[in-house]
Amino acid sequence: MNPPISSAEGLAGLVFLVMLAATGFGALIAVNAERTIRAVAGLALCFVGVAGIYYFLQSPFVALMELLIYVGAVCVVLVFAVMLAEPRPEQQVGKRNAIVGGLSFLSASLLTWGLVALANGAAWCKAPMRINEGSMRDLGQSLLTTYSMVFELVSVVLLVAIIGSLVLGRAGRSKA
Amino acid sequence: MNILDLSNHLQTYLTIGAFLFGIGFYGLLQRQTLIGMLISAELILAGASVNFMAFNRFLAPDPTVGQIFTLFIMAIAAAEASIALSIVIAVYRNYKTIDVVDVADLEG
Repeated sequence: MNPPISSAEGLAGLVFLVMLAATGFGALIAVNAERTIRAVAGLALCFVGVAGIYYFLQSPFVALMELLIYVGAVCVVLVFAVMLAEPRPEQQVGKRNAIVGGLSFLSASLLTWGLVALANGAAWCKAPMRINEGSMRDLGQSLLTTYSMVFELVSVVLLVAIIGSLVLGRAGRSKA
Repeated sequence: MNILDLSNHLQTYLTIGAFLFGIGFYGLLQRQTLIGMLISAELILAGASVNFMAFNRFLAPDPTVGQIFTLFIMAIAAAEASIALSIVIAVYRNYKTIDVVDVADLEG
């Protein structure tokens, strides 16, 4: 298949490339930025790109949740933490010695290379048939039938997380 | 393989997932502050989620499983972020810093 750039498929491919670029660029900013607040901004950019990738994987609901939870909630919480804890810029902390940086780069690139080689070398076999289309309706149905127990357990986990973070944040204050 | 047709291949998504994982792994080893390490952990989780969604779209017999797993990963990641950040605040209150070099009372 070779779509011309002016057709709908060609434009969609172009948008997909932009999303890929946003993901990679944002991730690189998130790990390399000197100031933590810039790293958080890079993380938000990366998550916007990941949401676009989810949209191309035919799951608009998960893409929306990615934007809502990660960009809208997790990044804002990170900004609050940066505001409250005032981390110093990386170069004032004193660099870890160059050996650690080099070794971590080496191990991470080895890991990435291995995963990419595995992904491109393996013979992936398709499922012979699909039992539904994976649409939003199917998603809601299986969330409330097959996975209802897990759904409830996740809500309990979230409740415990809220209470736990309140307890942790309150300890040490003189009067509250 | 045409460059405008990349979104229809499983290998594209697996590669971007591997890159997200590798970048997050590098950041986790190399970052000096607790918030920086938390950001890297989020990148690792994002890489895993992209892999789940890719397999879900191209290979799975039931294409809701991967989406639901990704939603659960998001919920657990949100819980993890809130707990970790309140720990960061507690550490900052006790040590007046969140650099991992200075928070070393329990030297191993």
